[in-house]
Order: sequence, then structure tokens, then C-alpha cells
Amino acid sequence: MSLNFNTPDFEVIRNENRCIQCKVCVRQCANTVHFYDEEDNVICADDTKCVNCHRCVTLCPTKALVIRKYPLEFRENSNWSGKVIKEIYKQSQTGGVLLSSMGNPEPFTVYWDKMLLNASQVTNPSIDPLREPMETKVMIGRKPEKLEFDSNGKLLTKMPPNIELKIPVMFAAMSYGAISRNAHESLARAAEELGIFYNTGEGGLSKDFYRYGENTIVQVASGRFGVHKKYLNAGAAIEIKIGQGAKPGIGGHLPGKKVGEDISATRMIPVGSDAISPAPHHDIYSIEDLRQLIFSLKETTDYKKPVFVKIAAVHNSAAIASGVVRAGADAVVVDGFRGGTGAAPTRVRNSVGIPIELALAAIDQRLREEKIRNYCSLIVAGSIRNSSDIVKAVALGADAVYIGSAAVIALGCHMCHSCSTGKCNWGIATQYPELVKRLNPDIMYKRLVNLISAWNHEIQELLGGMGINAIESLRGNRLMLRGVDLNEKELEILGIKYAGE
Amino acid sequence: MKTIDALGVYYRDLNSLIDNSIKTEGDITLKNVFGQRYIGRGLPKEASLKIYGTPGNDMAVYMDGAEIEVFGNSQDAVGNTMNCGKIVIHGNCGDTLGYAMRGGEIYIEGNVGYRAGIHMKKYKEMNPVIVIGGKAGDFLGEYMAGGAVILLGLNLAKDEDIIGRFCGTGMHGGVIYLNGTPDKYRFGRETAKSVNITTEDVLFLRKHIDFYKKSFNKRLNNLKVESFSKYVAINKNPYSSMYCIH
Repeated sequence: MSLNFNTPDFEVIRNENRCIQCKVCVRQCANTVHFYDEEDNVICADDTKCVNCHRCVTLCPTKALVIRKYPLEFRENSNWSGKVIKEIYKQSQTGGVLLSSMGNPEPFTVYWDKMLLNASQVTNPSIDPLREPMETKVMIGRKPEKLEFDSNGKLLTKMPPNIELKIPVMFAAMSYGAISRNAHESLARAAEELGIFYNTGEGGLSKDFYRYGENTIVQVASGRFGVHKKYLNAGAAIEIKIGQGAKPGIGGHLPGKKVGEDISATRMIPVGSDAISPAPHHDIYSIEDLRQLIFSLKETTDYKKPVFVKIAAVHNSAAIASGVVRAGADAVVVDGFRGGTGAAPTRVRNSVGIPIELALAAIDQRLREEKIRNYCSLIVAGSIRNSSDIVKAVALGADAVYIGSAAVIALGCHMCHSCSTGKCNWGIATQYPELVKRLNPDIMYKRLVNLISAWNHEIQELLGGMGINAIESLRGNRLMLRGVDLNEKELEILGIKYAGE
Repeated sequence: MKTIDALGVYYRDLNSLIDNSIKTEGDITLKNVFGQRYIGRGLPKEASLKIYGTPGNDMAVYMDGAEIEVFGNSQDAVGNTMNCGKIVIHGNCGDTLGYAMRGGEIYIEGNVGYRAGIHMKKYKEMNPVIVIGGKAGDFLGEYMAGGAVILLGLNLAKDEDIIGRFCGTGMHGGVIYLNGTPDKYRFGRETAKSVNITTEDVLFLRKHIDFYKKSFNKRLNNLKVESFSKYVAINKNPYSSMYCIH
């Protein structure tokens, strides 16, 4: 065994004057950072194990704990930073591929923060959503070319299947396996109460959750885990997962140690077996093949459910999205490079894909130019952080958004980026029963309802300020956006003017 | 027994006709099938189809218990993500036969294309089986997680091999039985020949070979269970030591 060069990332500071030795921290930390030393009658901490999840800090009754960045510095070097050096230490010690969790944390431009919304002044009066009707409902699915009526005004056109979102937000695909049963239940119940949808991810659907079917989007990915006729018909819509923003071009591995009885039953694989989702669907090597899968799903669900296709935002997203629409998708889901993940190779997460804002603008533009924008809805994901991100996304051309990271933060995630260890102290990204039970769905689903309801009101305020009373009227209205701190190329791709123009 | 003439019938209409028919009559004969897709998609066990002609891609996709017999060749992705049921094909088959199938049995009289049996699974009492009379293309049993593939290697020309390359790549479960012992370079690094052929293996092979003989009316007196090799995954968790946490 060679010398371990790794030093802690965080330091546990315990205020001994406040600590009453109640040992809550010892019991709460699944990473076993805190321990009680009987001989000396003190509580100690092993900094090397700390992931800075704030569980102990939050639950400490006397607020005796603080976690800080470990103060040890390497000699200053803006090229060989401490992070880069530590990565090499880890890989040279283990020979392993670096694995990360949650979205890309690198300091790339956040384009949402470089775009500003318009508001009405004098000539076009703003609308007060507290006193006037304001619609944030959207319909997701293919729209007909035109509507035809008979002489009595009865609709003759056969409408393609659409699903109704009361608020243009859905909970993004997170599988049962990546997150816990209680987290799934919270998402499902919140979706039901809000009139929106949650997504099963590639992990099948537990029998107990079929009752939330009307608010469920069932996912079909390359591993086809838990996919069968009843499952496909259980949800309101079906999503084919081609790619994920956090790891474009990469499949997924749920390690066998996370496949217990319950996950085995929903994925329909033996207990302890690795659940491997290959990088590609091996029956899809072309747009025609994708069409074959889309229509196999439509055939099996009697053409009653919209079929989404989810792709990661990559260099040629606009052309790919065009192909996806022509393949028959009723909605294209685009996941940007900041999208979250339970586990992805660090190098892929941090250096593959493109920002969702640019991908969205390019795709909407392309679909309009090709006159096929009405054939599909456009749903974007990949770090939507608040209601103004949503409003800006709609102005750029989106119909709705998916949120994943924001949803788990509402459930108590403290962004410690350690999901892949499976030891989430907040009961979200774990399968250990003693950790899962820390997340009480009865309480936590309400936090999701609170968050989305608050966002809905903020969306209404922002719309009202622009003098718009229905979110569908904002879609693709890029005149409502202005850029700051952007160069001409960025403005051109986003299709917006500079502030002051 | 109901007969449907599929000549010139669009695939959606043909599949609707089948759906309507099984409400009253589960035994259906399809005549003049020319490439219509998704025949038998999600069909339950009440249905039994006899197909004359060449069914199109994704035959028996998500199938849920029905029986299908094809008198002719079949195209790609037969039995895609199939749950249970039985398929007998009197001919050859295209690529990705039995992709991600979870249960049921498929018997192919002749040869199959690339990526047969990939990502096959098993779950509790469901244990899918594919029996192929002739040979298979590259990537046979890739990512295989459960179930069994049996290759009989019948009627091969002298210079023909029973499998292509990359057989069992990424395999982490299930078993592949091959008549003979192909060169090692034809296999992925995640699979290995097992020296442990048990009585259960022999009984399993006999049972499925007997059904093959009966279905295709063959005697195969020279086919000996003893000449089969068994290939299994080296590791049920092949990638467990691949990562270090950032």
C-alpha cells in the first residue's frame, strides 16, 4: 500500500463550549465522521470522511458545529490548482475513473444571468396577477396543422394526444435507485397536487406508485429496465431517454449493491445484479430506427400518449432535434450540460455538452425555420434554478422545463455532490432504510408544492409586468429579452438584442 | 381460427384487426404478410398467431404471453423487450433478436444477424431462452444479464463459424451454449468458457433441443449435447472497481 496523499476537503469545527455531548452528530452521520471517544470522554471528528452535507450542523441542538473548507493550501499556482493535484493523487492511487455527482460545477457562463426581461411602462399597461386572470397552463404534445369545424362549430380535426401542465414545470427523470422510495413518493404526490408530472427515470415503476399514473411520465432507456406493456400504459406520457446533460454519450451503471429486493422488483432484475444501461440503444442507429421505437411505443399504447425524446445538449443539437421531430416525437426534451446526475465520470460531466440556453435558442430557431415547431413541444432542463430562469426559457422558445436539482434541494439536498456513495444523510440519494426513513414524504412533498406554487406566482408577476396574461403568449417572444455582458456571436445565437437596443 | 389476409394492409390497420379479433377469437392466421411492423406488440397469452410471409421489424415487441409461429423469415428486433410468450420462426432472422427480453422463448430454425440476445434479463421465475438453429453475427449476448442463448450450429458450410466476434461483451449474467468451441478471440473479455457443465445444463439443453426438433420436424441424430460449450459472465458486477469517487 503506497502512501495516501489525500488530505481532507473539509474541516469540522466543534465549539466545545456549546457541545453538550448529546451525540446527535455521531448518530446522524452515515459517513462516520463524528465518533465518541469514551476514554477521554470527548466527541471527535475524522475530517477526511466529511462531505459537507450539513446534516450534523442542521441537527446539532446547540449549533456547536461548523464545517469549513480545509485550510491547507498548496503553493499558489493558477494552473496546477489544489483540485487538479488532488485528482491526480486519487487516480494514481486507485487507477479509477473519477466519478462525480450533481451537475457541472465549473465556472462557465450562466447565460440566464446575462439575459434580462422586459416590463411595460406607460404605453402597454402591466397586469396585476392578484386581480386579473393569468394563465400559466401549457399543453405538451403535437399540435395539428389547422383546426376544422363542421357547420355547428363542432371540432372535426382529430387532436393528437396532449398532456396538460397547470404550471410549466415538471420533475425531471430520477430513477428509483438513484433516489430513494420516499423521495419518489414526495415527487409523485407533489406532482399530483400541483397538476404537473414527475418522471420515473430508467428504473421502472413500483407497484405502489401506479396510482400516481396520471401525473407520471414513464421513461424508456437503453437498459429497458422494468419496461413492459402495463408500465407503458401506466403513465400519462412516455419518454425515450437518448442522452442526459450531465453525461452525453454515456450510459449508466447502478451498482449491484444498490439493487435490493424492492429495486430488483421495479427494475425486474435479480437482487445484487448490476443494472447497466448501455451508452446507445442498440436498436437505434439512425433517425429511422428512433422512429421505429417511437411508433412501437405508440402502437403499444394505442396512440393515446405523447412520446417524448430526451437528448443531451451537444454541438449539433438543432439538427438532431429536427431529426427527432421528424421521427415522430411529440416533445423534444433537451438537457443542458449543467444537468444533475447521481453519478457521472467527472471528465465527461465537466467537459462534454453545451449550455442549455444556447441549445434551446438554436433548436427553436431551427424548428421554426423548417416549419416544424408546431409538431412538437420543447422542454428544457439542465439547471433551471428559479422562476426567472423558467420565464427566460419560455421567451427563448421552450414550452416547459424539467427541474431535478432544484427539486431535490427542496427535499433537503445540501449539494454535497456525493450521491454516488449511496450514503445520503438526507435520505434522498440512498437505499439504506435507516437513511431513507429520514425523509418523510408527508412533510417533504409539501415543500415541493410550496416551491412550485411560489414559482408559479413569481412567473405570473413577471408575465404581468410584461403586460402578458398567458404564458403561451410569451413562448418564443425573444423581444422580451435583452442581453448584457455578451458578445455579438452569443447575441446572434440567442437571437436577442443587447440591453439599450 | 380466424384468417386475415394482410396483403396491402397498412401496419396500423393490421394490428387493429388483430386486436379486434382476439376479443372473440384468439387463434389467428395471417396470410400474405409483407413487412408490416409491430405484429403481436404487447399481445397477451390469449392470442396465438400463425404468420405466413415475412413480418416486419419489432415483431412481438413488449409481447406479454402470446404464441407466434412464422412460416418464413423475420426481420430485425423480433421479441424486443418481450415479457413472456413463445415465438417459433421457420426461417432466418435479422439483427437484435430478443433485445432486452425478460421472459419467454424464441426458436429460430436458421441463422440470425448481429446483436442477438443482447441485454437479455431474468427476473424471478422469468428466464428467457433463445434457440438458434444455425449461426449468429457479431455481439451475440452483449450486455447479457440473464437468460440463455443456445446455438446449434446446424448446416454450416466448412468455412462458416457459429458466431462472429465480440460474443458476450459486457456480459454480467446469463449463459450462452454453443455447439463446439470457437476461438477465444471471438469473445468479449467479460465472458469465459465454463468447465462446470452440470446435469441441469444437460437437461436444459436436451429439453430445448427436443422442442427445436419437434417444432421444425428434424431428427438431428448427430447432434450431441456433449459437444456443447458453456459461456458465462466472469463477474456479476463487472464495473464495480472501475471508479474512484471524486
